[in-house]
Amino acid sequence: MLELDDLCKYFDGIRAVDGLSLKIERGEVFGLIGPNGSGKSTTVNLICGVFPATRGTVTLAGRNLGGLPPHRRLNAGISRTFQNIRLFGELTVWQNLWIARRDAPGEETGFMKNWFGSSARIREAIDETLEFAGLAGRANDLAQNLAFGEQRRLELARAVSARPQLILLDEPAAGMNREEVEDLKQRILTLKNSGITVLLVEHVMELVMGVTDRIAVLNFGKRIALGTPGEIQGNDAVREAYLGSPDVDIAEGSHHA
Amino acid sequence: MAYYFGLLQTIGIHTLLGLSAYILLLTGQLSLAQVGFFAIGAYVSGILTVIFEYHIVPGLFAGALVGGFFAFLVGFPALRIKGLMLVVATIAFSEIVRLFFFNLNWRVMVNGVEVGPDSTQGFREIRFYAANGWDTFDVVLFIWLFVILIMAMLWWLDRVRAGATLRAVGEDELAAQSSGVNIVAVKVAAMTFGGVIAGLAGGLYAHSATYVDHLTFSVLLATFAVAYPILGGLSSVFGTLIAVIFIQGILIEGMRFLGDWRNIFFGLLIIVAMNFRPAGLLDGNVVARILRIVGRGKGSDGERHA
Repeated sequence: MLELDDLCKYFDGIRAVDGLSLKIERGEVFGLIGPNGSGKSTTVNLICGVFPATRGTVTLAGRNLGGLPPHRRLNAGISRTFQNIRLFGELTVWQNLWIARRDAPGEETGFMKNWFGSSARIREAIDETLEFAGLAGRANDLAQNLAFGEQRRLELARAVSARPQLILLDEPAAGMNREEVEDLKQRILTLKNSGITVLLVEHVMELVMGVTDRIAVLNFGKRIALGTPGEIQGNDAVREAYLGSPDVDIAEGSHHA
Repeated sequence: MAYYFGLLQTIGIHTLLGLSAYILLLTGQLSLAQVGFFAIGAYVSGILTVIFEYHIVPGLFAGALVGGFFAFLVGFPALRIKGLMLVVATIAFSEIVRLFFFNLNWRVMVNGVEVGPDSTQGFREIRFYAANGWDTFDVVLFIWLFVILIMAMLWWLDRVRAGATLRAVGEDELAAQSSGVNIVAVKVAAMTFGGVIAGLAGGLYAHSATYVDHLTFSVLLATFAVAYPILGGLSSVFGTLIAVIFIQGILIEGMRFLGDWRNIFFGLLIIVAMNFRPAGLLDGNVVARILRIVGRGKGSDGERHA
């Protein structure tokens, strides 16, 4: 599905991502964890094309995405959320989804209808996504007037509305309480069941351990471990990198700032 | 009465000029090039009606198209720069246009009279209205026909996906790109459409004034063009109209009795207005309240959400 091969990003000599290779399978929920500054967000930005890689390739379903700007990567099937919520605050919830929405393959509407018209099919698809995100009643509210949790859900809904094959979630649980995290877990599993591949970057271990199929651990831009949640929890190198001591239980050390 | 008709013409033309900057401000671009497109529209349509004896309608359309074409050309390099650098670059463009017309000398004999742009002397014989027997009231109607047309187009644009996308780019370029928006295409499209509106406004101006010279197309007018939508607020297309009425009708014409003191009050009132209404005279809350009164604030129709 998604393949990173020897991916590198250097910022003025700082090796943010340093020779990262990963293979994410179609339909899995893949966790990417690591201490602050380990290169997780840079990896997400490289996959989305926010900036070019210093070296290495990003391949989606056999297609090399090198050189494609972010909007073309969305068309290629990758959508994302941001670590700090980035909504269109002065637009309505409904409009936020409308902008990102893509037609299902084979159902593409023409240029004029797409930009200047509307159709019952589009409205239905957006209403469905709002339903998924639990925002059905808020369609006409401005995004900036939503509560924090709702804004997080709207960002997820906006990413889903693009009908991606792969969705990148950059710390979606940051600032959420236990109940909201549980809620998010269910939504991620819903995405998985509908065939979307998920790359989850997260510090909240409760979520990562509960929802992922496999996890890669980054430290200083390099992959230091790869395995199932169970394998990662038992990995001494990971505990040491993540918590500074091999004696701490990762699952308990959640909400790591 | 003629005085008020003249004022209505000015308000109409300045509203169009302000709207040409409004559409760019929606995408987050502050452009002082609008006066350049305005000048291009003025000269192109004037040359067509005076030298080539066109009817004013094709003359205006040609001016609008040429204005849009230059805006399209300016759009691409302008994408690489933002904020203050864009302001500086667009001032430079407007100055180049102004100096071009300052030097443009194209005198031709038409029906036994020498006409055309006469470099420093300006372009003096733009008399389509008088020559065809249009009185000032006809001209007011003609201008406001275009104002209403453009305002209706922009109002409608805000209700379709293309308009929402313009605002999305203005709010957060990275989020827009990540939502699949080609921000290059959106910004160039906004720039081009803005150039068309400014070119149209310029053509209307030239024929109302019957006389244009390079001094008209100064940085001051460029500043007015962006001041209208900023003062009026970007929430609605009517904000720009209200700001033009406020500035042209009340501050400039309404305070003539103050003599030279007017200029001081002018600046002062704008500062006061912006302090009390930082998001514009007609900000989002006012628009929402008006829509609620009109009964459309909470439409059940999903896509209606102005």
